Amino acid sequence: MAGDPMIRLENVTKVFPTSTRAAVSDLSLDIGRGECVTLIGPSGCGKTTTLKMINRIIEPTSGRIQIDGKDAMAIPAHELRRSIGYVIQQIGLFPHRTIAQNIGTVPVLLGWDQARIDDRVAELVEVVGLDAEMMSRYPSELSGGQQQRVGVARALAADPPVLLMDEPFGAVDPIVRKRLQSEFHDLRGRLDKTVVFVTHDVDEAILLGDRMAILNIGGIIEQYDPPEKVLAEPASDFVERFLGGERGLKRLALLPIGEADLEPGPFVDVSVPPAEARRVMEQHGVDWLGLLDAEALLGWVDGALIDDTPLRELEPRPFLVTLDMDASLRSALDAVVTSHARVAVVVEDGVYRGMLDLDAIAEGITE
Amino acid sequence: MSVLGQAAPLIDWDWIARNIDQIADRSWQHLSLTAVSVGIGLVISVGLAIVSLRWRWFYTPITWVTGLLYTIPSLALFALLVPIVGLNATNAVIALTSYTLLIIIRNLVAGIDGVPEAVLEAADGMGYTRRARFWKMEVPLALPVIIAGLRIATVTTVGLVTVTAVLGLGGYGYFILRGLNTFFWTQILVGVVLSVALATILDIGFLFLQRLLSPWARRAV
Repeated sequence: MAGDPMIRLENVTKVFPTSTRAAVSDLSLDIGRGECVTLIGPSGCGKTTTLKMINRIIEPTSGRIQIDGKDAMAIPAHELRRSIGYVIQQIGLFPHRTIAQNIGTVPVLLGWDQARIDDRVAELVEVVGLDAEMMSRYPSELSGGQQQRVGVARALAADPPVLLMDEPFGAVDPIVRKRLQSEFHDLRGRLDKTVVFVTHDVDEAILLGDRMAILNIGGIIEQYDPPEKVLAEPASDFVERFLGGERGLKRLALLPIGEADLEPGPFVDVSVPPAEARRVMEQHGVDWLGLLDAEALLGWVDGALIDDTPLRELEPRPFLVTLDMDASLRSALDAVVTSHARVAVVVEDGVYRGMLDLDAIAEGITE
Repeated sequence: MSVLGQAAPLIDWDWIARNIDQIADRSWQHLSLTAVSVGIGLVISVGLAIVSLRWRWFYTPITWVTGLLYTIPSLALFALLVPIVGLNATNAVIALTSYTLLIIIRNLVAGIDGVPEAVLEAADGMGYTRRARFWKMEVPLALPVIIAGLRIATVTTVGLVTVTAVLGLGGYGYFILRGLNTFFWTQILVGVVLSVALATILDIGFLFLQRLLSPWARRAV
């Protein structure tokens, strides 16, 4: 977010002709370069109206909108829109054009030569994970999930610095939606885009937003913060109610295991004498023991089985779930409640890194 | 009945061979009356449809008037036009054209209206100008419905052209009328078979045109 914001809304108001109340009233919002901002709120909060004023699908009644420091009202709407990617929930692919033609829409409008368009389309097909053989098909021959990938590719075609997305994954089934969300999350890491993303799904807003703007009826911003902050410190009762239950779980989902303090736990190398092993178990107050072989995780054994047999001759049982450092604290919690030993074991590249119990996870969000 | 009673063959192939030039002339007359009427009908309809699409309130009176025209029996309309334009081809073309308007205008407007809202919004969002959006999105997407309208109008007109025989025209209708007057079955059959054949050929022709111009629409409209 260095320097000027990419998108700046200043005192923007929209009153629709058929209504006396403002759909959006005196809204000011800065969106940083390369940032992904999710707009979320109940229906009637003006989130979609706000989004559509940025590319002037809806013309503001008053106020100013700047994109990259330039007044969005100063150039013809169709030229403005060619420099802004746009993805809508109903996808809106052009039924009479092939997938390749659909993706190449804006480059054609910008007058690129055909060879350059072909190259760009081929590149985008890979970026969004489509099959190259689909290129000559028509939209009606694709599934909903595939169509929305085309929709995203079409929006990215002319490499616009700004991407507007209006509930882009709202019309696909939950399984496909999850996959599209995580793909889009990865995609954002590779592309340097400023994204404004409207959604009514709190989890989606938390997952995808660098910051989330929670809007109340009439386009009133209740809170505009990173998801962690929103979850930790809701600015108002409205925000708290809107986030709903399980706020703790939602926060855990945002925190990687790497942020928590891992404990060594009752884990010993198979070379230690059995007496030492029993001492470690006693020290941790558990009836099981984790076995390592030069840092590599072997598994665990029941404490009752540890007599004077060398540890190396025991047959350890594997941990059902192990997690790596990138996994979320929420998945660690899941591992704790489903594992026999009530711990989450963290392993990276086969090397034991430590473990987390319930207290350690709870500390992750309370500190 | 006496003529039929003489056990004459149902089809007199010699008559057909002797009158082949006249059959060709009447074929041309039938086809040209159809083409001119539907063509003029299309031009007028496009004009009225554009006006209707721009000023919505205009559409209701247009469908009202064209609907009224459509209800007038053809023979009555020819007769009504006689004092104004006389008993000639102009009379026929005016009447035939007026019958095409309702169908063509309705399909033009329905076709454009049927373009999905999401497609229009996406086109706007990509940066199409209003004019480009109309020609590159709305018209191509409306084409199957528009052609379906032309198809119905054309087949209807082929049928109505036969009635213009009362004006001394009629295309194949001339043979039917003459044949009925003289109880000459060959003439009647020639008129009936050829006019049905022409309607069928044009119907299939439009179907192919529709498929050709809208390969993306898997289902025929």
